[in-house]
Amino acid sequence: MIRRTLLATAAAGLTLAFGAPAMAQDTTKACFVYVGPIGDGGWTYQHHQGALAVKEEYGDKVEIAWQESVPEGADAERVITQMALSGCDIIFTTSFGYMDPTNNVAAKFPDVKFEHATGYKREHPNVSTYNARFYEGRAVVGHIAGKMTQTNKIGYIASFPIPEVIMGINSYYHHAKLANPDVELVVTWAYTWFDPAKEADAARAMLDQGVDVITAHTDSTAPLAEIAKEGGSAWGFGQASDMAAFMTNDDGTPGPRVASIIDEWSPYYIKRVGQLMDGTYEQIDSWAGMPEGEVVIGEMNDAIPEDVQAEAQAMIDAITAGEYHPFTGPINKQDGSAWLAEGETADDGTLLGMDFYVEGITGDIPN
Amino acid sequence: MDLSAINPVLLVASIMISATPILLAAIGEMVVEKSGVLNLGVEGMMITGAVIGFIVAINTGAPLLGFATAAIAGAVLSLAFGVLTQIFLSNQVATGLGLTLVGLGLSSLLGKPYEGQKTVTLPKLDIPILSDLPAVGRMFFSHDIMVYISLGIVVAVWAFLKHTRAGLILRAVGESHESAHALGYKVIRVRMLAIMFGGACAGLGGAYLSLVRVPQWTEGMTAGAGWIALAIVVFASWRAGRVLVGAYLFGGITVLQLNLQAAGLTWGVQYLSMSPYLITILVLVLISSNRSRGSHNAPANLGQTFHATR
Repeated sequence: MIRRTLLATAAAGLTLAFGAPAMAQDTTKACFVYVGPIGDGGWTYQHHQGALAVKEEYGDKVEIAWQESVPEGADAERVITQMALSGCDIIFTTSFGYMDPTNNVAAKFPDVKFEHATGYKREHPNVSTYNARFYEGRAVVGHIAGKMTQTNKIGYIASFPIPEVIMGINSYYHHAKLANPDVELVVTWAYTWFDPAKEADAARAMLDQGVDVITAHTDSTAPLAEIAKEGGSAWGFGQASDMAAFMTNDDGTPGPRVASIIDEWSPYYIKRVGQLMDGTYEQIDSWAGMPEGEVVIGEMNDAIPEDVQAEAQAMIDAITAGEYHPFTGPINKQDGSAWLAEGETADDGTLLGMDFYVEGITGDIPN
Repeated sequence: MDLSAINPVLLVASIMISATPILLAAIGEMVVEKSGVLNLGVEGMMITGAVIGFIVAINTGAPLLGFATAAIAGAVLSLAFGVLTQIFLSNQVATGLGLTLVGLGLSSLLGKPYEGQKTVTLPKLDIPILSDLPAVGRMFFSHDIMVYISLGIVVAVWAFLKHTRAGLILRAVGESHESAHALGYKVIRVRMLAIMFGGACAGLGGAYLSLVRVPQWTEGMTAGAGWIALAIVVFASWRAGRVLVGAYLFGGITVLQLNLQAAGLTWGVQYLSMSPYLITILVLVLISSNRSRGSHNAPANLGQTFHATR
């Protein structure tokens, strides 16, 4: 008797948490799985902004639900299954590590649409993948980094050795090098997406070794907070989100955040949920960037010299207009072998499977 | 690879900063475990301390007041654990895990309005003469006050447990609560005080993260530091001096491997990252194989419920 009551209570709790399945007929329910807390101020925060934009756009016609801080792996599969059971019509799984769980659950729920961010596996017709061309943003901040460094040492806090991150490193370095031939890149692998203390330690390690411009591929604002301790002699970039709180130093001078790469997921989320509602939804593999407004460079502040700001803006305009591809040859691979000939641009397949550094980066990619 | 890029002075200095939060949490937890209570809620108390300390510091502009409030907040939260486990005799493991969940949830609720804000941090001390010493001054004598307070707490805990009557009573309660009770010691009261001390230390450790080490409030920012503190207590086989060694080793290896990477070493950093955990296992094996000295050196009544009528 007591056990039955408990189960009933638990079931009621789950229903409350994910909304009543019975209502799924009138409203479209979009659900989101986040790898970190919404309050990370970076990656997850931006996905949540996208989710809120969907609600804003369609009002009562949609219902949104989300779960934060879902670990990649077996837990994710459980959470995604629970969402599918609770009447979600479309489920966005917003981290690379959800790739297999998403496909596994999709096999069991053919009527539910699944959208996996930054992955490449679409094993079932109801799984789509979407990504943003972050390397376009990395190109712009790489140019700024190359121009701004005083020590000629620039840093990159990397998360995991996956193509996504390696692409970012290459783009950042390539454009820093074009702007400043003497530049040297220091890569530090944090092996985490979100651990503020460790991200701060990584920034500190690089600052202690003379690196003065750092970009991060992790999710929190901690690296910027650490850079701020240098009091205006080192700079960084907002990552995933604008991180505008770090626009000025404590003494009022501009910095440590001089610009930012913003992931703007709203256009994609609004488009896909809209397609689902009007019946035009199809399986796709989306990879949009600056032209579609999914990758945005946040306001550049006055720590960047005016001419550099103008150059960066010109690059943004060229990429947005489709006139410039950040991976345009001549570019050699790290071992000196030719990759792209003069004027040749990289194809998406190579980029998505990128497992090599470009020429000039020292060190190996960990496996 | 360019190892000369690593400046040993700055390396040691950043290790001391990096290790302080886990040192504080671990020394508190050690006292709790010495009294025979296993509180797995360290992570929850740390993050509560982190958010409360941040909120108070940002509203008053006084980081030290933030630390004091964080210690109180950690102690109050641990009191809930104490009441449940000592008075209502709930299971310590389950209650401790529950405490972690409560702390994580509560902190993200309280911290919502404070995300992305900046706070005043503790100034680095400028100790006359000592701070000006070449190398050593920068390494050991130019930190903020909390680094020295954390070291002071370690010494105080060591002296308390080893040289005071109260410390002897606390250890007796942890080794055999039945005997301690028969001798007329207030087992529950002693344990409650130990639990609150542990909570206060965890709160301080959390506040150190949000006010000095990072310094900002981000949801979930402890990211497992509380669990590392628990591992350090085992690693240290419940001795204050070894807690210090353990915390600096755990904190130090993280910082060292990041520095090695920044200097261009790419091979083996993963192994270095996992080494503290391997060492913990090794220490456990070694300690438990040495039967003549009593296995594990763990307090005999660790994690057991006490009720006076039994």
